[in-house]
Amino acid sequence: MADHKQGFIERWFYSTNHKDIGTLYLVFALAMFFIGGAMAMVIRAELFQPGLQLVSPEFFNQMTTTHALVMIFGAVMPAFVGLANWMIPLMIGAPDMALPRMNNWSFWIMPFAFTLLLLPLILQVLFGIGSGGPAGGWTLYPPLSLQGGTSTAFTIFAIHLMGVSSIMGAINIIATVLNMRAPGMDLLKMPIFVWTWLITAFLLIAVMPVLAGSVTMLLTDKFFGTSFFNAAGGGDPVMYQHIFWFFGHPEVYIMILPAFGIVSEIIPTFARKPLFGYQAMVYATASIAFLSFIVWAHHMFTVGMPLGGELYFMYATMLIAIPTGVKVFNWVTTLWRGSISFETPMLFALGFVVMFTIGGFSGLMLAIVPADFQYHDTYFVVAHFHYVLVTGAIFAIMAGAYYWLPKWTGYMYNETLGKWHFWLSTIFVNLLFFPQHFLGLAGMQRRVPDYNPAFADFNMWSSIGGFGFGLAQLLFVYIVWQSVRGGVKAEARSWPSARGLEWTVPSPAPHHTFEKPPVIKDGDLAHGDVSH
Amino acid sequence: MKFPRMKQGAAVLMGVLMTGLAFAQTEPTEPVRWQLNMTPGVTSTAANAYDAHMMMLWICVIIGIIVFGAMAYAMIKFRHSKGAVPDTSLTHSTKLELIWTIIPILILVVSAYPATQKVMAQYGADHGAEKDEMVIKITGYQWMWRYEYVGEGVDFISRLDRTSDGLRQNKATSQTEIAAHGTYLRDVDKPLVIPADTRIRFVITADDVIHSWWVPALGWKQDAIPGIINDSWTKVATPGTYRGVCAELCGKDHGFMPIVVKVLPKAEYAAWLAAQKPAPVVETAPAAEAAPTAEAAPAPAAEAAPAATADTAAAPAA
Repeated sequence: MADHKQGFIERWFYSTNHKDIGTLYLVFALAMFFIGGAMAMVIRAELFQPGLQLVSPEFFNQMTTTHALVMIFGAVMPAFVGLANWMIPLMIGAPDMALPRMNNWSFWIMPFAFTLLLLPLILQVLFGIGSGGPAGGWTLYPPLSLQGGTSTAFTIFAIHLMGVSSIMGAINIIATVLNMRAPGMDLLKMPIFVWTWLITAFLLIAVMPVLAGSVTMLLTDKFFGTSFFNAAGGGDPVMYQHIFWFFGHPEVYIMILPAFGIVSEIIPTFARKPLFGYQAMVYATASIAFLSFIVWAHHMFTVGMPLGGELYFMYATMLIAIPTGVKVFNWVTTLWRGSISFETPMLFALGFVVMFTIGGFSGLMLAIVPADFQYHDTYFVVAHFHYVLVTGAIFAIMAGAYYWLPKWTGYMYNETLGKWHFWLSTIFVNLLFFPQHFLGLAGMQRRVPDYNPAFADFNMWSSIGGFGFGLAQLLFVYIVWQSVRGGVKAEARSWPSARGLEWTVPSPAPHHTFEKPPVIKDGDLAHGDVSH
Repeated sequence: MKFPRMKQGAAVLMGVLMTGLAFAQTEPTEPVRWQLNMTPGVTSTAANAYDAHMMMLWICVIIGIIVFGAMAYAMIKFRHSKGAVPDTSLTHSTKLELIWTIIPILILVVSAYPATQKVMAQYGADHGAEKDEMVIKITGYQWMWRYEYVGEGVDFISRLDRTSDGLRQNKATSQTEIAAHGTYLRDVDKPLVIPADTRIRFVITADDVIHSWWVPALGWKQDAIPGIINDSWTKVATPGTYRGVCAELCGKDHGFMPIVVKVLPKAEYAAWLAAQKPAPVVETAPAAEAAPTAEAAPAPAAEAAPAATADTAAAPAA
C-alpha cells in the first residue's frame, strides 16, 4: 500500500481509519474493564467477611454504582463497537466505515465522558474534594439519586455524552451495513456478527434518547426545581423506573446480541461445519430485539403494579426464552456431527454457550412473578446478570479477541497461555458468581456492605473467586501484548477452517483493504447454504 | 392438573440428586450457614413462591441436562483430534427447528398456568380470597421502619438493635464479636407484633426515598415509595419470630434497617396491644405520642390522607 507515513499523533488522534479506531475502542474498553474491575475488587474485599473493615457504606455504594456504569458503558459497549469497527468493513467487503470522521468523533467523546463520570470519585479519593461519585445505584432511581451532591450532574452529563457517542456509532454501523456491502453480499448472506450488530444499532438509536430524556428529567428535578419524579410536586418516582427500563431492557440486549454474533462466527470455524439454521438465527435475533421493547416492567414486579400488568410482563418475558432457545439449540446442532477442536476462541465460545444458558435459566426463573417476589433485589439477581454479562458478553468479547487477534496483529498468540486464561477465568468466575445464587435464595439482599455471619461462607468463596478472576485477566493483557510484539506469523486465513471475507486479506490486515470491492464466492462465507 | 404430578416428579428427582443437602431436610425461617435454597416460609404466599421457584428450577435443570448433555456428547464424540469428519450438509432442518420452537412454547404455557394462579392468589383475585381482619401501615424512612396499627392508636418506630449498630460502626470489630451476636444486623429494638391466624392488610409507603419491605418467610416484598400507597397482605399460622430486610437501595444505611415480625397467638397479641395503647390522657391527641425518639420524628398518622406522605418526600433532597 502506498500509505503516507503517519506520525503517532496523526495516526491515533486524527484517525478516520476503521481499523485504528477499532483498536482505540478496544484499548479503551480494556482500560475501563480494569478500572471497573478494580472497583469490583473493593466490593469483594469489603464483602470478604462480615463487618465493615475497609470502606464506609457511602463509599461502598459509590463503588457498586460506578462499577456498573463503567463496565456497561465503558467496557462492554465500547468493546463491541471496537469489534464492529474492525470487523464489519472486513466482513462485508467495504473499504471503511461509511462516515469515517463521525467515527473518529464518536470514539473521542468517550475519554471525555468517562473523565466526567469518574472525576467526582477521583477528586474525593485523591484530593478530598467534594462528596465522591454517584451512590444511588446505576439505575439512578429517584428520589435517592437526587440526594447525591453535584456528582449527579457529572454522571448525567457523562451519560449524555456516552449516548451521543453510541448513537453516532449506531448510525455509522447502519449506514455502513446498508450502503457499503460489496456486490453480491446480500443481506441474507451477511455474517451473523454483522446481522446482530445491525439489529443492535437500531436498538441503540431507539433507546439511548430515552435514557437521555430520563436522566435530563433527573437533572432538572435536581437543579431547576421541576417535579417530574417528585411526588410532593405532583410527579411520580415510578414513572422514572418505567422510562428507565424502557431503555434498560433493550440495553441488556445491546450488550448480548453482538455476543451472539461473535459466537456464531467462532463455533462453525472450530466445528468445521457451517452454522446450523442461519436464517433462523437472524430471525431469532430480530425477535429478541422486538421483544426487548415490551418486557421492561419485569424489573419492577414489586413496585405495586396491577394484576394485569404483572401477568402481561410475566408472559411477555417468558416468550424471550423461545428465540433464545432457538439460538442455543442451533449452536449445539452446529457442533453435532462436526469436527471439533478446542483452540482458545472456541473454549471461550463454548464456555459462553454453557454459562450464558445458565444465566438464561435464572432469567426465566426471575420472570415468574410469585417467585420474583422473593428473588427481586437479592444476590440471586446479581448472580443472574453477572452470568449473562460476564460469562456471556465478556466471554464472547474474549472469544472474539482471540479469534481475530492474528488478523489484527499478524502474529498468533500463545495458545498455551490462552488456554490457561480460559480455564482460570472459568473456574474463578463460577466460584465468584455461582454461590451468589445460594446467597440470594437464603435471603441476602443486593447492594449491602455488611451481612449476617450466616452468609459469610459463600461470600468468602465469592470474594476468592473474584480476586482469582481479576488476576486471571492480567494474563490476557500479557497474551495480547506478546502477540502485538511478535511470535509465529499468522496466515491470511489464520484458522484453516475459518470462512468469511476477513480471512481473504493478509494478516495483519493492511491499513487499507477492499479499495476495490472483492468478488464474492458463496464458499467464502461462513454459513454455507444461505437459502435456509 | 399437570402441576401436582410435576411437583411429585420434581420431589423424587430432588430426593435422588440432592440427598444430604441441608435444605432438603429442614425448613428454617432464618438463613443458615451453607444454605443453598429458598425455604417454603410460613404463609401460603411463601409456599407459592417456593413452589413456583422449584417448578422453574427443575424445568431448567431438566432442559439443562438435555442441552448440556447433547453438547458434551458432541464435544466428546465429534473431536477433530479423533479424526471426526464434519457432516457439512447438516445446516438446516425445518422439522427440528419446529420441534424446538413448539416444545418450549408448550413448556412455557404449562408453567405459566400455575404461576398465574399464584399471582392471582396474592392479588386476592382468586375465589377463595378472605376479608382483611386488620390493617397495619408501614412507612420506610432512612433508615428505619414505622408501624401504625390503623384504628388502634398504636404507632412506633423500629430500627437496628443497639448491639449490631455498635458492632457495625466499629472497624475494629472482630469476627468473634460478630459471631457472638447471632442476630447481627437481623434484630431491631422494637419488632412488629402481629396475631397468628389473622389476615392482615399492610399498606406500605415511604417518607424519603424508595425502600422495600421484605420478610422472606412471609413470601413477598413490596416497594415502599414516597407519594404512593402500596399494599399487600399476610396470614401466618405459626407463631414465631420472622426476620427480613430492606430490599431496595435507600442510601448509606440500606443494609442496616432490618425487619423483625413477631407472630403471637391471638390472646397474647391482644394483651400486647392493650399494653401498647396510650394512656387515656394521650388518647385525645394520639399524634403527639407517635414519635418515641426525637430524631427523624415522623409526620402525624397519614392513613386518612394518602397524599400527606408526599409533602415530606422532597425534604431530604435538600
